[in-house]
Amino acid sequence: MDAFTTHTGTAAPLRRSNVDTDQIIPAEYLKRITRTGFEDGLFVAWRTNEPDFVLNQPQYADASILVAGPDFGTGSSREHANWALLDGGFRVVISSRFADIFRNNSTKSGLLTVILPQDQVEALWTAIEADPALPVTVDLQAKEVRYGSTAVPFEIDDYVRWRLLEGLDDVGLTERHLDDVAAFEAQRPAWLPKALPALPA
Amino acid sequence: MGRTLAQKVYEQHVVRRTAGEPDLLYIDLHLVHEVTSPQAFDGLRAAGRTVRRPDLTMATEDHNVPTLDILKPIADPVSRAQVEALRRNTAEFGIRLAPMGDRDQGIVHVIGPQLGLTQPGMTIVCGDSHTSTHGAFGALAFGIGTSEVEHVLATQTLPQHPAKQMAVTVDGKLPRGVSAKDIILAVIAEIGTGGGQGHVIEYRGSAIEALSMEARMTICNMSIEAGARAGLIAPDQTTFDFLQGRPHAPQGADWDAAVAHWRTLRSDDDAVFDREVHIDAASLTPYVTWGTNPGQGLPIGERVPDPAQIADESERRAAESALAYMGLTPGTPLREIEVDTVFLGSCTNGRIEDLRVAAEMLRGRTIDPHTRMLVVPGSVGVKQQAEAEGLDRVFLEAGAEWRGAGCSMCLGMNPDQLKPGERSASTSNRNFQGRQGKGGRTHLVSPAVAAATALTGRLTAPSDLTDVRATAGV
Repeated sequence: MDAFTTHTGTAAPLRRSNVDTDQIIPAEYLKRITRTGFEDGLFVAWRTNEPDFVLNQPQYADASILVAGPDFGTGSSREHANWALLDGGFRVVISSRFADIFRNNSTKSGLLTVILPQDQVEALWTAIEADPALPVTVDLQAKEVRYGSTAVPFEIDDYVRWRLLEGLDDVGLTERHLDDVAAFEAQRPAWLPKALPALPA
Repeated sequence: MGRTLAQKVYEQHVVRRTAGEPDLLYIDLHLVHEVTSPQAFDGLRAAGRTVRRPDLTMATEDHNVPTLDILKPIADPVSRAQVEALRRNTAEFGIRLAPMGDRDQGIVHVIGPQLGLTQPGMTIVCGDSHTSTHGAFGALAFGIGTSEVEHVLATQTLPQHPAKQMAVTVDGKLPRGVSAKDIILAVIAEIGTGGGQGHVIEYRGSAIEALSMEARMTICNMSIEAGARAGLIAPDQTTFDFLQGRPHAPQGADWDAAVAHWRTLRSDDDAVFDREVHIDAASLTPYVTWGTNPGQGLPIGERVPDPAQIADESERRAAESALAYMGLTPGTPLREIEVDTVFLGSCTNGRIEDLRVAAEMLRGRTIDPHTRMLVVPGSVGVKQQAEAEGLDRVFLEAGAEWRGAGCSMCLGMNPDQLKPGERSASTSNRNFQGRQGKGGRTHLVSPAVAAATALTGRLTAPSDLTDVRATAGV
C-alpha cells in the first residue's frame, strides 16, 4: 500500500446518495484475478449511458478527489470498488457517510475516505462547481481539507491515520503477535468445527 | 452493566488488546469463494506466506457457476479462469474445496450451515457482504474485503474495533402469507440503507423466536442492506435441533459441552443497546421494493411514491432517479406492475424451505405464459433434497425452469441475466441498477410473492390468489 500524507488535486462533485458498489464497478469486472487495471469498470454504466455524468465532463476528467452524497459505497464487500477508484486516478473520496465495509477496505488499499458534515460537503460542491480547476488539498497530517480560503477539519482514527501515513501492511503488523495467536489457539474448545477432513452427510 | 450477545462473542475472541490499537480478533471459520480470493492468494505468494489454518478454511465455487450444463467446462473464458485460479490456489495451500459437481458445492452462505460448520458463538468471515447470514446461529459473522481475506489466510485473525449495538425487536404473530423476507424489507425501509452503519443488529422478540433457521438466515442475510456488517439472533432449541446430526456438528459428550456453552449466548437483561427499533409483526403485509436501493420498499398494497412529496432533497433526488431507471410512474398501484422474469434463489431465499413455500403455491397450476421463472437452489444439497421431495417436478410442471446451484441471477456473474429493460420479481437481496443484468429492473420480494407473481405476471400477494390460498396454507 502506498503511503498517504497529503494530496492536492481537483475535485469532482458526485451529487448522488447511496452510490452502491455495483455502480462503482459492476460484477462482470470482478471476474478478473488481477489487483490493478479496473479503471475501465469505474462507474461504467453512468459513464456509458449518461452523457452529462460528472466524470464525462472535461472539466472534471482529471479530478483526483471525489465528493459524493451520503451513504457512499453501500452493498458488496468487493475491494475492487476501492481499486477501481484508485486506478481511475482518485486518491480521496469525501462524503458525509460511508458504508462500513467500503470504508474499512479503503484503509487497506490506500484510498483515503474523509467524512465531512453534509453542509460542508454542500459547500465544497458549490465551490468546485463554480470553479472546477479549484485546487483542493486533503492533509492527513493536519487532518484538514483546504480549498480557497476555507479549511475544514476532519476526524480519523489515530491508528488508521498512522498506518496510512506510513503505508504499513496489516499482515506484517499482526505477525509481530503470532505468539499471542498461538496461545489463544491452545485454549480453544476441542469441539469447535474443522473443515478438514470432509465428513459424510 | 450487562453485555449484548454480540459483545459476548466478540470478547471471547479477543487475542490481544492494547490501548491505541485495534483489538486482534480470532476467526473460527473462513469461507472462501472464487471472486474475492485470487488477489489474496497472490499476496500470500508474493510475501512467501502460508495459510495458517487450512483446517478452519473452506472454499466453494458459487458466483460464476453456470446453472445449466454444469459438468461441462465454463463457456465464458474469464469466469473459467477465475474458477481455475481457485482450484489451483486451494490445492497449493491445502484448503478444502467444494467444486462444481461436488455434493457440498453451493452458495457459500448456504453450505456453511448445511454442513454444520456454522455454529453458535463462532466468529465467521468471508469475502462477501452476505456473510451476515451466519448470524442466524448466534455467530458473529461479517463480510470482508480481499486485503482482509489475505490477512485471515495468513494469521487467522483480524484487527477490529467493537461495533455499536442495535436491537430490532419484532413481537407478535406474522399474518398468513407474510414471511421473514417481509420483516427484513420492512426493517430496511424503516431505518434506511445507512441506518445500521457502525452497528451489529440483534434481532429478537417473539416473532423472531417463532422463525425457522431458514427464515432467521433470510433476516440476518440482509443486515448489510440496512448498513450493518453483522446481524445475529440468540441460539435456542430451534438452532440446536437444526444443527444436531449435521456432518461437522459436535457429537456425544462434545455435543453436550457445546450446547451448554451455546445456552449462555444471550444478551443480558440489563444489556444496553445504542439504538432500538420495534416492529409489530401483526401489522406487516408483503413488502416489495419499487426503487434501486433496498430501503425503497413498501407494502404491496401501496402505490409507486411521488418524489415531489418527499421533503428531504437527497431522498427526493434518489427517488426521481430510481423511478426513471425503473420505468415507473408515480401513483401506479404496485400490484399493477408487470414482470418478465421471476427469480427464486440466492443466499437470501435459496434454501429448502423457500422452495417448499413456492412449490406449494405452484402445485397443479401454470405460471403466466409471458413470464419466465428461474428456480435456482442455493446448493447441491438443497437441490437433492428438493428433488427427493418432488419439488423439481412441481416447478417444471408449472412451467418454471429448474437449474443447478449457485448465485445465478442475484448478480448475473454467470449467464443468468436480465436483458436491458426487463423487469424481475426477485427473492435476492439487491435491487441496484444493473445488478441482475445491464438495464435490468429488480423488485425484491419474498418466495411466496415470487410464486404468486409468476402465476399472474404482475406483482401479487399470496392472499390475492383465493384459489391458491387454501392449498398453500398462506
